[in-house]
Amino acid sequence: MIPATFDYLAPTSVEEALAALAAHGDEAKVLAGGQSLLPVLRMRLNAPELIVDIGGIDSLKSIVDEGDSVLIGAMVPYYQLLADTTVRSGLRLLHQAITEVADPQIRHRGTLGGALVHADPAGDCGAPILALDAQLVISGQGGERTVAAADFFEDLFQTAVGEDELLTAIRVPKLGDGWGSHYEKFVRVAHQWPIVSVAAAVKTDGGTISEARIGLVNMGSTPLRASATEQALVGVQATEDGVRAACDLAAEGTNPPSDLNGDSDYRRHLATVLTRRAVLTAAGG
Amino acid sequence: MTTTQDAPADAGTPREIGRERRRKEDQRLITGRTRWTDNITLPGMLHLAMVRSPFAHARITAIDVEAAKASPNVVTVITGRDVAEEQGSLPNAWPITPDQVAPAHPPVAVDRVAFAGEIVAVVVARTPAEARDAAELVDVDYEELPAALDLRESAQDKVLAHPDLGTNKSALWKFDSGEAGTGGNVDEAIARAREGGIVIERDFRQQRLIPAFMEPRSVVVDPTGEQVTMWASTQIPHVLRFLLAAVLGIPESKIRVIAPDVGGGFGGKLQTTPEEFITMVLARRLGKPLKYTETRSESLMAAHHGRDQWQHITLSAEKDGTVTGLKVELLADLGSHVSLIGGGVPVLGAFMFNSIYKFPAYHFAVQTVLTNKTWTDAYRGAGRPEATFAIERIMDELATELGVDPLEVREKNWIKNTEFPFTTVAGLEYDSGNYEKATQMAKESFGYDELRAEQKRRRESGDTVQLGIGVSTFTEMCGLAPSRVLGSLDYGAGGWEHASVRMLPTGKVELLTGASAHGQGHETAFSQIVADRLGIPYEDIEVLHGDTAIAHKGMDTYGSRSLVVGGEAIVKAVDKVIEKARPIAAHMLEANVDDLEYKAGRFGVRGTDQGVQMTEVALATFAAHDLPDGVEASLDSDATYDPVNFNYPHGTHLCAVEVDTETGRVKMRKYTCVDDIGNIVNPLIVAGQVHGGLVQGIAQALWEEAVYDDSGTLVSASFVDYLVPTAADTISFDVDHNTTPSLTNTLGTKGVGEAGTIASTPAVVNSVLDAIRQFGVEDIMMPCTPERVWKAIHAKDAGGADPTTGGAAPHFDESTGHEGQTDRTDGAGQ
Repeated sequence: MIPATFDYLAPTSVEEALAALAAHGDEAKVLAGGQSLLPVLRMRLNAPELIVDIGGIDSLKSIVDEGDSVLIGAMVPYYQLLADTTVRSGLRLLHQAITEVADPQIRHRGTLGGALVHADPAGDCGAPILALDAQLVISGQGGERTVAAADFFEDLFQTAVGEDELLTAIRVPKLGDGWGSHYEKFVRVAHQWPIVSVAAAVKTDGGTISEARIGLVNMGSTPLRASATEQALVGVQATEDGVRAACDLAAEGTNPPSDLNGDSDYRRHLATVLTRRAVLTAAGG
Repeated sequence: MTTTQDAPADAGTPREIGRERRRKEDQRLITGRTRWTDNITLPGMLHLAMVRSPFAHARITAIDVEAAKASPNVVTVITGRDVAEEQGSLPNAWPITPDQVAPAHPPVAVDRVAFAGEIVAVVVARTPAEARDAAELVDVDYEELPAALDLRESAQDKVLAHPDLGTNKSALWKFDSGEAGTGGNVDEAIARAREGGIVIERDFRQQRLIPAFMEPRSVVVDPTGEQVTMWASTQIPHVLRFLLAAVLGIPESKIRVIAPDVGGGFGGKLQTTPEEFITMVLARRLGKPLKYTETRSESLMAAHHGRDQWQHITLSAEKDGTVTGLKVELLADLGSHVSLIGGGVPVLGAFMFNSIYKFPAYHFAVQTVLTNKTWTDAYRGAGRPEATFAIERIMDELATELGVDPLEVREKNWIKNTEFPFTTVAGLEYDSGNYEKATQMAKESFGYDELRAEQKRRRESGDTVQLGIGVSTFTEMCGLAPSRVLGSLDYGAGGWEHASVRMLPTGKVELLTGASAHGQGHETAFSQIVADRLGIPYEDIEVLHGDTAIAHKGMDTYGSRSLVVGGEAIVKAVDKVIEKARPIAAHMLEANVDDLEYKAGRFGVRGTDQGVQMTEVALATFAAHDLPDGVEASLDSDATYDPVNFNYPHGTHLCAVEVDTETGRVKMRKYTCVDDIGNIVNPLIVAGQVHGGLVQGIAQALWEEAVYDDSGTLVSASFVDYLVPTAADTISFDVDHNTTPSLTNTLGTKGVGEAGTIASTPAVVNSVLDAIRQFGVEDIMMPCTPERVWKAIHAKDAGGADPTTGGAAPHFDESTGHEGQTDRTDGAGQ
């Protein structure tokens, strides 16, 4: 299908991009990898006047190992993250989630930054970003600010990034010693958005869980943390029976959608099963 | 003329038939060096964009086209009213009963729309983008009408899809073995079984499917020559030409239709479309070449859908499991109109519900029903997957009732291999087959007994992952079709196929076939047939098709007919070439015609070493300097072959699945099939057909469903929500064959294009049920989604209602202006 007419700007610096966004307000739309925006344009679900293509801004394309964390430029495509040894070894949870994003073509073009700002609650990457307590670096004409993942996702397709702002980088802390992680995705066909997914990071000490962080995909209008389960897991044995009761709380406080792949009750049930499986695998099962 | 002491040049080279030739057409297809319809670009060509109804049923009260007409580079905008006099009504080639009720089917709706997606206006502009922009500016006022959506309710005329018709019931078609004299009275059989036997009654749902071919439909019309030329992404260029002439009143001689390389069809391009007709009408009106190519969204919404039936099946049997009767009562959803053969699709299944079993009494009835959804028509298997599903599902129910292995109850009732040819209770004569052998081979390859043992272990240990084993011992009728039979069924055409062989002076061959391929590999397989039959090299044969000016005569490609009908026409045409060459060869050899034998491309004089190659005869015929008196200077030959019978491939399909009882997820573990498709021309192409066919049938069982919401909007309107599987979702199949050659064609072949799809669906559903029957589950709706499976397992705890017909909502949601899932927890989001 053919998009409606739009103007196109390809800035080469963040400043240039921000100036354009400031000038055009909500008439402008930022194009990163384009894997979500292009279908929207082609189906004419949205018709922005201006497309600001940030693919030409080289400063957004680097991966920096900061020791305890990794700083990922907003325009780094998935395939580059998958190939990066720092990401592979230091950010295993995020790396695993990215291996399951859509299909190879989409992973070639799509970017982590673009997906996070698009903020589809069914996107794979929001939950690991949330579970890993990442920091999101946002630039505006007034300067740069950092927002914690917990404050980043505001609602369906809404984030803390303002109309005149740009997400420039994602700082993802590495998990330390004793931590394990697992991304458990549930789909009917491989290239699908998750029906429900669970991103779990679990710290164990001699077979006992000392800390757990669990992100949920598609269980509400934003990625969510399974807080009740996280608390209940502390101090339990990392066994099927040990974690079961805590994981049965995984859907507490969620508000999952109903669609062709399952109603909200089924998703709530799935969340408990998938959380148990993710936690056990993360804990070294 | 030469004589030679040597053996024929090609002695010792492998025969072509049976050889794993890579497809000769693939090089151009996979390197992009081909031309699809959308690649056709003509000087001065204009482009169309369609304005389509968003409503399932509405009156068109006003259409304002002024803004669209004023849009840049728009040539014209037309509405249905503008072309009402000349656009005609799309044809229904198979009125299944004399009193069939069918609404008129104008390509562009004039005053009322009957499904969401129907064309209401057409924009003509200089570029596709300008046409699309202007289409957005066409302002249509609708007065929404109540929509007939649910098949069962529509059959009761609760809401009328076409109020002026007074009913939604289009046609009631019946076959009864008692009346036809092919068997007993089924009601008596059922009554007897109710007294002292077994009666099983079930309702099965055939969900609506979308053919989802790879290349969206496209049409180009050039009206500037003496003949109006239409390029179309169609399975049926010859039928299309005939119907364009018949409907629009254009002399047939003034129309040329070309189907260039066509990217798949699966029955979805066995259609004459509104888009083709309106493009033809407007091109002739404007005198300019026009192009229309649909978007994927339009294709999913407005290209015809398939399946969509409710099946009420009653089976009667003796206490020992011997079947005594089968009664089939169908409701079939036609959608908004009775399309090309839409009404006939269920009738194609009418003779197949009895399948391979010896039912002494059989009754079939189908009520076709109009609704306000996309019209339905052929989809891979057309009528026969529905039949196979129902019989294979209910045979499993019988096995469950008897407490025996599902293969045991089948074997008890199937036609023994010593009983062929066998005339069935539906009146068909099955020529060959061996169900025992195919089943035995499949069981061994599958490891049936070992998997049953594993299933028992998992059951006893209460494993969260349960194993299920499903069976489908299918047969089908294909090779459409004997023209007399089609005539007796009131079909509007014959079922013959045509072939022409052109012997070129250099000994090369052009084969013209009326079976126009759309991805099947005809060019390769047909070359192999000609190479063997004529004894000339495979490489020397060019297969031409898909252009009515070249391969002028044909009935096209569908119903697994190309090899068994088209292939036989080729055999007969080649044989005529040899017979035409014989007197010329005899003259060249100064021998008696009766003393010649033709072998491996050479006429030899029996008992001597004298001979002449066909290439030499071809050159001598071309020169024509010294032909026998009264012999024409041409070896070219035509044959039109009308099959004497349908063709009956069969096979045993075994499927093992693992069901995760905690999530309902179904994971394929093993799939084995042993098909009998007669003699095989090209095993590689056959493997492709079987693999693809299996996946398409498995997709009906597990993934695909066209879902409408309560207002008649297609919810599964993109590939985000209409789940077409990829290679990543399937497993490697164990595919094998047992061969009993067909006795009704020279090559002994049987059709394979639809077999996998027809067979696999019930094998998969039976396997899912086999895993979870222990939880009290008797049936599960297709597709067997994890949610449905999980809810079925836990139905005792909850209601057990069909979970996906409610809260349906698309991932791409136009109402919110967003891409993405809206929060639908309180049932909002229509």
